[in-house]
Amino acid sequence: MAVLDIEDLSVSYGAVNALTDVTFSAQEGEVTAVLGANGAGKTTLLRTITGLVHPRKGTIRYDGEQLEKMSVERIVRHGVSHVPEGRAVIDEMTIDENLRLGALWRFARNERSAVIEEIYELFPPLELRRRQHANTLSGGERQMLSIGRALVARPKVLLLDEPSLGLAPIVTARLMAVLRDLTVASKLIVVLVEQNARSALSIAQRAVVINLGRVVVCDDADAVAGDSDLRHHYLGY
Amino acid sequence: MQFFLNITLGGIASGMIVSAVALGLVLIFRATNIVNFAQGAMAMITTYIAYAILHQGANYWEALLAALAVGLLFGATTQYVLIRPIQNKSPLNAIIITFGFLIFLEGIAGAIWGSTTRVYPAPFSESGQKIGGTQIAFSPFDVYIVVAVLTLMAVMLVLFRATNLGLRMRAVAFAPEAARLLGVRVKPLLTLGWALAASAGVLAALLVVPTSSLTPNFMDVILVYGFTAAVVGGLDSPVGALVGGLITGLSLAWVGGYLGGSLEPMGALALVIISLMIRPEGIFARPPARRV
Repeated sequence: MAVLDIEDLSVSYGAVNALTDVTFSAQEGEVTAVLGANGAGKTTLLRTITGLVHPRKGTIRYDGEQLEKMSVERIVRHGVSHVPEGRAVIDEMTIDENLRLGALWRFARNERSAVIEEIYELFPPLELRRRQHANTLSGGERQMLSIGRALVARPKVLLLDEPSLGLAPIVTARLMAVLRDLTVASKLIVVLVEQNARSALSIAQRAVVINLGRVVVCDDADAVAGDSDLRHHYLGY
Repeated sequence: MQFFLNITLGGIASGMIVSAVALGLVLIFRATNIVNFAQGAMAMITTYIAYAILHQGANYWEALLAALAVGLLFGATTQYVLIRPIQNKSPLNAIIITFGFLIFLEGIAGAIWGSTTRVYPAPFSESGQKIGGTQIAFSPFDVYIVVAVLTLMAVMLVLFRATNLGLRMRAVAFAPEAARLLGVRVKPLLTLGWALAASAGVLAALLVVPTSSLTPNFMDVILVYGFTAAVVGGLDSPVGALVGGLITGLSLAWVGGYLGGSLEPMGALALVIISLMIRPEGIFARPPARRV
């Protein structure tokens, strides 16, 4: 069974320590929620896994490779897809072009349209607007597009940064349900960074709580959700 | 009326050349946020090489193709050697590097070829045509200029809109980080962008040189006009480069025709100032990023 193993990971921006000795692992077919307040280091964690930020020390192991030694492009080609915060769809391109871009390196010309159709099946609102520029989409549709674009390359590891940010609760709930089903069906390793702890815990099997760059708790999601002190102290509900 | 028509036609031809220069600047700026001040000088060096090829017995078209190829290579090498090391540093570094490269190249050209003016031939007649008894100041060479630049624009349009390579290049230009996260290898594409930009500059140089003359600084003024056009049209818009080039070419032709040729550079400056006052981002600049 495939595992994403993070061990003793420390990242600093100059003199500021963003992450200190972070250790946890994420399993295949499970959603691992990474929770914590603003500035806890959650986004830095994802950016480090995907190679955008280089760690000061520690290792990130997946599928026999040490990701921290690889370039972003190689990490992506190794099956890791990162959906960055703020729904980084490319506004100047159409929905179709955004998706095609995600499929380019992975699939030959004759396979691309089929995999893109699969994404449209997963997120039907996108199909209606496939020839429109991405800047015409609503917040929820943009999130669908950025997740769809990450999925089009059929990744094995999916890193999601605050997918619920700015979305209506009903849209968030729908998105979370799609994610939960997909994780099981495609045996994905999902690392879900969220400030909205309640909705993340509703689909996660594991939860890692980070505070000021350190792991406070790493446990079953149910246990974290059931610990009212912990919830109150770190998760704000 | 005929005078107006004649200077307007001249303005269209020179505007097309300015468009090609502006396109070169825009291609680089939108991919890397760098204004390549050395673009004119790079094209000048390449023109000297084309001149040497011509004098080895090649015809105009062979020299043109060779020059475009040299331009591609020159652009790619420049990006690889000079720009890549400073790509993520302060923009001031890039300004100083490209400006220094401009001075360096003009110095080298002066040292090798001296300041003697050389005459570069035109492939078609440069004298105006008689249409129905009226002398029109639009020569076959002017037609060639318009066709050549429109062909360049069409090739770029097809490349960017209809190919996967172009899709990748647009992604890198608009959202480099998102592109990397989708597995796009950014570095080679930036090199390719510089190569294409340099060859656009070379085309402009070869179109302007028959009507001026080949000296180490013959591209200086045309680069200023190209920069004017890029500012007017929007530094990150290829369509803006074409339209900005035409606006600049026409404005300068009218200023030159009615107020005197020595006022043309002033006209360019006035155009930049007016453009910055009315629409600082340029006519065709992409809309400001939407944050949701």
